[in-house]
Amino acid sequence: MKFGIVVFPGSNCDHDCYHVVKNVLGQEAEYIWHKETEIKGFDCLILPGGFSYGDYLRTGAIAKFSPVMKAVKEFADGGGLVIGICNGFQILVEAGLLPGVLMRNRDLKFICENRYLKVENRDTPFTRLYNKGEVINVPIAHADGNYFVDDQTLKRLQDNGQIVFVYSTADGKTTEEANPNGSLLNIAGICNEKRNILGMMPHPERCAEEIMGNVDGKRVFESILTTKI
Amino acid sequence: MIAKIYVTLKNGVLDPQGKAVQHSLESIGYKEAQDVRIGKYIEVKLSDMPKSEAEKKVKEMCEKMLANTVIENYRFEIV
Repeated sequence: MKFGIVVFPGSNCDHDCYHVVKNVLGQEAEYIWHKETEIKGFDCLILPGGFSYGDYLRTGAIAKFSPVMKAVKEFADGGGLVIGICNGFQILVEAGLLPGVLMRNRDLKFICENRYLKVENRDTPFTRLYNKGEVINVPIAHADGNYFVDDQTLKRLQDNGQIVFVYSTADGKTTEEANPNGSLLNIAGICNEKRNILGMMPHPERCAEEIMGNVDGKRVFESILTTKI
Repeated sequence: MIAKIYVTLKNGVLDPQGKAVQHSLESIGYKEAQDVRIGKYIEVKLSDMPKSEAEKKVKEMCEKMLANTVIENYRFEIV
């Protein structure tokens, strides 16, 4: 498969994603500069983490108008797989490709630590190699990960099974203490209705090979490989 | 002409920053500070155009970029 990693001014997890795709999974990988207006020949696009445009105004608020985003939207509309990680997730919600918004963390702090996630929905191209309800440990690193959406949309997310990852305890309980940032229903990752766009705050690319001491995130990428395009 | 734009959080959206400031005001003796909400103030210098046209443009700017209407309200004046 061929992965495209979209690079915005201020992206800083692009190399990590490239490394995992190319060197760990042995797939084709190419950077896509945000000024590109055409995206051709890719099977999956990754919007990596970082601080695009310095998080000015709001996270993702300026990146959503980068020329490349029109092409990303067309790619997604055509059923292409798109995964936004951390700042990539923030850009996807600002661009309207996923519902809701990521607000400042409840405690106003930048949080960089490992967190337990429960896999709520394994019936997506990004999670099919996990077991339903499986608890994994994945690092988070953000100041704006507090997921918020209106009640109506939240209900729709629940009814459609669009909530993919939630913050939980080690034994899978979605308690208030397990919620690092104040997200509604402990939401850590959601997908669109068609299930071809995933946004998540935790960083699976930072725990995708043995040398990192944790491979819990690797199956996000391996799941994508099992998906027929 | 200048557009003075105020972006504020919608009612019901938690504002931890505002809450922290309110607690702090209270702790230094301002018991009357019951609630604090923190927003953004933006000034946009505009080229000359009829005021009605300017209002239309600024509204567009707010909807498209300056405010995220999922959680924020905006209002503006053109002077």
